[in-house]
Amino acid sequence: MTAIYLLFILILAIFVGFELIRKVPATLHTPLMSGANAISGITVIGALSIAGGEHDTIATWLGGIAVLLATINVVGGYLVTDRMLAMFKKR
Amino acid sequence: MNDYSMLINLVYVVSATLFIFGLKLLSHPSTARKGNMLSAVAMLLAVVVTMLDHQILSFELILACLVIGSAVGVYAARKVEMTSMPELVSLFNGIGGLASLAVAYATLNGSVGLSVFVALVSFLALLIGAITFSGSVVAWAKLSERIVGRPIIFKGQVIANIVLIIGLFVCGALISLQPNDGNWHYIAIGLALVMGIMLVLPIGGADMPVVISLLNSYSGLAACAAGFALENNLLIVAGALVGASGIILTNIMCKAMNRSLINVVTSGFKPVVTSDMKIEGEIKPLTAEDAFYVLEAAQSVLVIPGYGMAVAQAQHAMKELQGLIEGNGAEVAYAIHPVAGRMPGHMNVLLAEADVSYEQLFEMDEINPRIEGFDVAIVIGANDVVNPAAREMEGSPIYGMPVINVDLAKNVFVLKRGMAAGFAGIDNPLFFKDNTRMIFGDAKETLTNLVRQFAD
Repeated sequence: MTAIYLLFILILAIFVGFELIRKVPATLHTPLMSGANAISGITVIGALSIAGGEHDTIATWLGGIAVLLATINVVGGYLVTDRMLAMFKKR
Repeated sequence: MNDYSMLINLVYVVSATLFIFGLKLLSHPSTARKGNMLSAVAMLLAVVVTMLDHQILSFELILACLVIGSAVGVYAARKVEMTSMPELVSLFNGIGGLASLAVAYATLNGSVGLSVFVALVSFLALLIGAITFSGSVVAWAKLSERIVGRPIIFKGQVIANIVLIIGLFVCGALISLQPNDGNWHYIAIGLALVMGIMLVLPIGGADMPVVISLLNSYSGLAACAAGFALENNLLIVAGALVGASGIILTNIMCKAMNRSLINVVTSGFKPVVTSDMKIEGEIKPLTAEDAFYVLEAAQSVLVIPGYGMAVAQAQHAMKELQGLIEGNGAEVAYAIHPVAGRMPGHMNVLLAEADVSYEQLFEMDEINPRIEGFDVAIVIGANDVVNPAAREMEGSPIYGMPVINVDLAKNVFVLKRGMAAGFAGIDNPLFFKDNTRMIFGDAKETLTNLVRQFAD
């Protein structure tokens, strides 16, 4: 049953995503991409419980690596997006 | 009782809402920055509240990884040149894919007695994560010219791909049915990594925006699959949003080239189409001095940037020239083709960096109906996106692709290094039109030269 419930969320989220992103103007497509990239770093919250949990050494280290990588993605992604968006100025 | 799961999930709902609002604010340049901040706040909330999870027992490793990761992220974000945004985004896509790969592998490896469903979705996360990672690395290498940018094809590539896909199917089935037999995981990871390389190798040059968009989508889908494996709603929602974003961008890029995704992904395998159409007319070069007199008399000027502008770093010189032309009482507008540059919106960012107002940047469909009204159209380092063959030469490989119809402007200046064909390797009849003048040389030098003429 959990699988079905998760699928429900997936489908709804995809539709919301399509509706939202269709409205992003072409001029913002690069920041949209790097921003979306930062969001995909959400894997970090999955990695956290693996890195800090009571697992064997391999799993813990894998979790740690995943936390590290996802954090690069999140922090770098948001900062570079902000840097770009700050440049978009009206005259 | 040390169970905060209710609170954690509640905050996840808040985070998901903020992600959605953040994306909504991205629909206009004036609110986009706030949207990005909201999204970042959502991420911070999610990370902080996850620390309350009762499964997390030790914090040393986590904190060390968070600190190092943040430092690398800050460094990369500060240091990158705007011209190399495509490379950075490719790398970030790859890193995201690798993170999902690690999470999926840890899930498969670390727990006993996985259900078939969890094993299957973990395998999917593993697969998509690995493909995203290796594919992104190849894309990055192509974009930064560490390997040849052209499509790379070898004998037997199609057969190799079919074997790979069959191998991955077998691995997927075995992992789902016997999740605790660890050896298949390694084979699956290996095959998926090769698959990612094989996917990107045959695509090149002007098709890179499609590849980056597609990999962007994959990095989201990998997170999404990891969310299924961990039964984590927020991972699924955020991953789906990113996946949707990448798919929409991929679609826009394909439409702008009048091709299907399948066509783009497999185009490297098709023989190069040679057109026997004769192009009439002759090339008419022009010096920057003579170009200045035309520009000085012009009432309206349209600028069409392409990847060549990024390569020559000519955007700042162009902005300077824009100021002088405007000071002379003329109107300046920029027309940007969806696939100009190496990633969606690349030109817009470069012009924004040079302080060009976003209100002067127009999309192809906005500018084409009124292009006849422009006295001068300056093409800077663009080729295929202004090629009239797309409109008038039926045999041409790009026939049917929507292009910016610069040849309809009263005068066309093409700033170009030499007479080499564009990335698509197609002759451009624009260069031979009566109203076209070629200004050969480095785009930045030519523009600086024009600026000097105006100043005198």
